[in-house]
Amino acid sequence: MNKELNRRDFLKNTTAVTAGVATIASGITLTTFAANDNPVTNEKRWGMLVDTNKLTESNINDMVNACQEENGWGSEIHSTGHQKPSWIKKIKVKDKVTGKIDMLPMMCQHCEHPPCVDVCPTNASMKREDGIVLVDKHLCIGCRYCMMACPYDARSFVHEDLSNQKEHMPRGKGTVESCTMCVHRVDKGEMPACAEAVSSNGVIFGDLYDANSKINQTLKKIQSTQIRTDLNLNTGVRYSGI
Amino acid sequence: MNIRYQQIEGRSLGFYALVAGLGVLILTALGSVYFMEHHGHYVTGMNNRIVWGIPHVFALFLIIAASGALNVASIASVFQNKLYKPLSRLSGLVSLALLAGGLMVLVLDLGRPDRLIVAMTEYNFKSIFAWNIILYNGFFVIVAVYLWMMFERRMNKFSRKIGIAAFIWRLVLTTGTGSIFGLLVARHTYDAMIMAPKFIVMSFSFGLAFFILILIASYKWGDRPLGDVILNRLRNLLGVFVAAVLYFVIVFHIGNIYLAENNNVEMILFANGSIYTNLFWYGQIILGSIVPLVLIYHPAVKGNRSVLGLASILVIIGGIVQMYVLIVGGQAYPLEMFPGKDILEGYGGIVAYTPSFPEIALGVGGLALALVVVTLLVKFLPFLPESLADKVADPHHKI
Ligand code: SF4
Ligand code: SF4
Repeated sequence: MNKELNRRDFLKNTTAVTAGVATIASGITLTTFAANDNPVTNEKRWGMLVDTNKLTESNINDMVNACQEENGWGSEIHSTGHQKPSWIKKIKVKDKVTGKIDMLPMMCQHCEHPPCVDVCPTNASMKREDGIVLVDKHLCIGCRYCMMACPYDARSFVHEDLSNQKEHMPRGKGTVESCTMCVHRVDKGEMPACAEAVSSNGVIFGDLYDANSKINQTLKKIQSTQIRTDLNLNTGVRYSGI
Repeated sequence: MNIRYQQIEGRSLGFYALVAGLGVLILTALGSVYFMEHHGHYVTGMNNRIVWGIPHVFALFLIIAASGALNVASIASVFQNKLYKPLSRLSGLVSLALLAGGLMVLVLDLGRPDRLIVAMTEYNFKSIFAWNIILYNGFFVIVAVYLWMMFERRMNKFSRKIGIAAFIWRLVLTTGTGSIFGLLVARHTYDAMIMAPKFIVMSFSFGLAFFILILIASYKWGDRPLGDVILNRLRNLLGVFVAAVLYFVIVFHIGNIYLAENNNVEMILFANGSIYTNLFWYGQIILGSIVPLVLIYHPAVKGNRSVLGLASILVIIGGIVQMYVLIVGGQAYPLEMFPGKDILEGYGGIVAYTPSFPEIALGVGGLALALVVVTLLVKFLPFLPESLADKVADPHHKI
């Protein structure tokens, strides 16, 4: 129910949904997502609020699976251990003082001041006007400096040839990738796959700037945090309950 | 007094064997690159946590050494030291050769080396890495011009000016290389501005070690006189540089230990018996700093060239180990993502890294490229003075 509301919020802010789809079907370059009719503007800032109290372990597993399914990563044959890509992962933490255990999904936090973008020599790492951080697979030379710079271990390097890629999510051996906040869906007015995979209110996706959006209103009401707030990166992904 | 420069003969069996040996190493490196690029980086020991492995260790080591190798020329032209003047050409050459080797490794370890053109045309001016690309290219040009000024008699008068430019450029370049690490806010192990000056003293020491080795080898193998005056000066200089690096390392780590948040990392790296602890103490500190210092300053071996050569080799090995501890060790330790919490699952732990053969071959290939460039160029161009006997190098020297 709430998800529906949320989605309506989207549609309100998005026009010409079909035009968006057409672009995605033919467009390979990530930067050209979103047709002119559906402009990417800095009046929006896409974000996500993850409420760890409302998420069960199986919710988080569902999120990871949905992301793999949607974006086509995780079936690499040769990569072993830490070589496997991981756009989103389940993390379990224990408070050193209280012993409280929390579980949370971690993905690219879509920083407003993304270190990955700052260090990228070729501008392959970039932040869209609406706050979504992406890698342009055509510009990435695979130097991996962005992986050194990201404080959240959010990025993966493709260690082998890939087959059966999703048309909307080009990936390539020798380049770096990370969560795109399902930009191809968002531009169509849909929700990221991980958010959709959770039926409770555990994950709220929306426009952080829009005072009427559910995410904006919820963030005003409850206490939330960013991971490594001290780094002042102003992340688009927020957490409550940890 | 006029110094006469002369190509080496380069027709001996030893010369050809040296070139052939280095050639084999370079071919092995290229074969390895093909193998790694064809399959993808899964055939290496690198992964998403250790994203920079052995190739970066060699690449950055060579690049740092390159800027340091120019010091001898700088001392001659910037600080007007006559004694070093005859060595200037070789100093410029070693510097360019090492840089070429380092860049080869750096580029060939990219995920997409075929896109080098993108790196040359798309610049993100906020990126230190992009700045480094400019700095490296500029260094090539400046040092090449500098060499030309030294070779061309008419141009000699400009060589001081361009020498000063080259000297400043190399300081900026090493600062830039150090900042690749120093500016990573996410990583406790690196994030410190001391990184830049530390890299500069490291470059002095590694570059001079290369220079001394090449100098001794080419005069010995080429049967040319090389007096003690020059060598003793270089020996003392190396001693000072090695001691300076040691000093910086101590200051850097003590600084880190006092910053409570880094305590853990420091302990892991320096006291917990991991591979990095051993490499740090035995490789970097003992083998790469203390033993060379003893070899350099111990009265019993003071005039001995082989001992000086050995000390230089140890400085080089210690330098590679130091870069390994810094680059690989710095990544092996997990990021501090949740201060105040322990991560039980999903992330963390010290990541193991086992370099694969192709990675090592690529790194060694860069070193071989640098050496083959020097070897061939001293054969084709007059880089080396015919004689560096004491009376040539320093006419006022009393025997
Ligand atoms: S989380 Fe990492 S990859 Fe994502 S925007 Fe921030 S720095 Fe970049
Ligand atoms: S790996 Fe690609 S996206 Fe990352 S910094 Fe290098 S060029 Fe940019």
